[in-house]
Amino acid sequence: MDKFKHLKTTAIPLPSQDIDTDQIIPARFLKATSREGFGENLFRDWRFNEDGEPKKDFVLNNTDYSGSILVAGRNFGCGSSREHAAWALVDYGFRVVISSYFADIFKGNALNNGLLPIQVSDEVLDMLLTNVESNPALEIEVDLEAQTLSVPSINLLESFDINSYKKTCLLNGYDDIDFLLSKMNKIKEFENNYRGF
Amino acid sequence: MGKTLFEKTWDSHVVDKVEGGLEILYIDRHFIHEVTSPQAFDGIRKRGTGLFRKEKIVATADHNVPTINQHLPIQDPLSRFQVDTLIRNCDEFGIELYGLGHPFQGIVHVIGPELGITKPGMTIVCGDSHTSTHGAFGTIAFGIGTSQVEQVMATQCLLLERPKTMRITIDGELGKGVYAKDIILHIISKLTTAGGTGYFVEYAGSAIKALSMEARMTICNMSIEMGARGGMIAPDETTFNYIKGREFAPKGEEFEEAVEYWSTLYSDDDAVFDAEHTFDATEIEPMITYGTNPGMGVGITKSIPTKAIKGNEASFAHSLDYMGFKAGDKLIGKQIDHVFIGSCTNSRIEDLRIVANYVRGKKKAGNVKAMIVPGSKQVEEQARREGLHEILREAGFELRSPGCSACLGMNDDKVPPGKYCISTSNRNFEGRQGPGARTMLVSPFTAAVIAIEGKIVDVRNYVEEGVNI
Ligand code: SF4
Repeated sequence: MDKFKHLKTTAIPLPSQDIDTDQIIPARFLKATSREGFGENLFRDWRFNEDGEPKKDFVLNNTDYSGSILVAGRNFGCGSSREHAAWALVDYGFRVVISSYFADIFKGNALNNGLLPIQVSDEVLDMLLTNVESNPALEIEVDLEAQTLSVPSINLLESFDINSYKKTCLLNGYDDIDFLLSKMNKIKEFENNYRGF
Repeated sequence: MGKTLFEKTWDSHVVDKVEGGLEILYIDRHFIHEVTSPQAFDGIRKRGTGLFRKEKIVATADHNVPTINQHLPIQDPLSRFQVDTLIRNCDEFGIELYGLGHPFQGIVHVIGPELGITKPGMTIVCGDSHTSTHGAFGTIAFGIGTSQVEQVMATQCLLLERPKTMRITIDGELGKGVYAKDIILHIISKLTTAGGTGYFVEYAGSAIKALSMEARMTICNMSIEMGARGGMIAPDETTFNYIKGREFAPKGEEFEEAVEYWSTLYSDDDAVFDAEHTFDATEIEPMITYGTNPGMGVGITKSIPTKAIKGNEASFAHSLDYMGFKAGDKLIGKQIDHVFIGSCTNSRIEDLRIVANYVRGKKKAGNVKAMIVPGSKQVEEQARREGLHEILREAGFELRSPGCSACLGMNDDKVPPGKYCISTSNRNFEGRQGPGARTMLVSPFTAAVIAIEGKIVDVRNYVEEGVNI
């Protein structure tokens, strides 16, 4: 997993609410057996028509917008547990998703892949969406160490929550498995006293 | 203070509490399938950890398998590669695999319970969000991502934040033509798709107590559709009787001992939940969804709402546009094109019986393509023994072999663009059943009636006395 400390970039607005993982990556593209390459089919059915032609009105096809932050509507990532959704976003080049609500499993999957989900209030999200939509050059700055999100040009400075353990993982680029493997003695000890099934 | 069912079960699995409020939770059973496991096996190989407790893993092939000619090599090269990869991985690591051709093969959430693998008080995970199904037995069961699949393979544990607890109580008797699927669609339509986020739900109340195990599974299955991590129901006589005698159920004295323990798994009278909701079963109608998330559901005779809940206007308009509906439209009388009966929500023997009992001696409408996909080989065999397949075939239903099928359209079982599909599955997302497919979620009984009528009707008028299980 890549380390994450600090990021300053323009953002891509996607105001739809309840964006489910079937939209992020439709099931028919889940047949790969490696983690790479899913970015190609990110938001596939919103991005391309049936013949594979890009749909002009979809934001990822609008060259005005670029950047590695996705600003998305409330309840992002609901639906299936497929980690492919997080892989597709990372593979496409996103490092941060900002929304006012994240589905649980998506949030966990994102954090396990170096993708930072930042939850803000509905008001802040509205403000960000409006400003990013009207000004594609708007830069957003994320500082994980300080847990802040700032947009100096519109006087926005917000702090965000993140579990302290998850924060350490992201900052250092290590994951849960490394941690759990360091606890094997505890786990075996638990098993010895466990009634089991 | 007493403990909730969830807390009793969770606490007995905590290995350690760590920094940031996270807990290491021990996992009793791990189900894997072809789609979300290959990258985890790769990770294990790369790290060189091996599998810590391979005997706690059970594998099946369900998500992308074809539902016709399962005895032949899989046509689609990508699907074949994925299924072959599962076979190779299970072989290499020594994992029990119920693959294509095995008498136990089927949708992972159908086979766990029917084989007696799922038992009260367990923790169960799988790289599939509908793992919540197993909660019907009083287990903590939830879906995980592939990185977590790898964690469980390597350590039999997960690092988790403890979810909050919610109790949903449904009291009263269900009306005629109303089933478990209607209960859960009703709940989600009230609480919305994010209403359960951060919670683990316990379903309680007289309406839940009265349900069979399979109906309870339908309810717990869709917990994830309101954003909850999982749902569970306290085990009781119904649970014990269901488990007794199954392939991997404890036998004899062991069973008696197990029941003794299982009987302690309930929420104490003075246990406190972080959130509580109550519903009146008598007010629940047969439900149908009109939009593109499972929260967009109404009683079948109701109109589509005229406006979205606050802040959801854009998605609401887009969703109706996708479905080809207008706000305020009545659903009754709308023509439909496809009927899909299947998925881990409703593909068990009771579901097939409900459908067969209704369509016996009738013919599906000419404008409808009707497909039934049993949840497992065992369900398929049982249906055959009971003669259900004959009844269904004569009514014009196409009978397939087990798999996830048109629930997620990974194989060829897709609904064509713009077509309306009445489906007993759990997700009506855009494109879920194929690009442009328009899915409307219902119970198996509602699906059966609509298949025959060819359009949406008030199914309560079609309940036949004596055959309505
Ligand atoms: S039937 Fe559908 S929801 Fe159930 S496990 Fe298969 S794909 Fe997932």
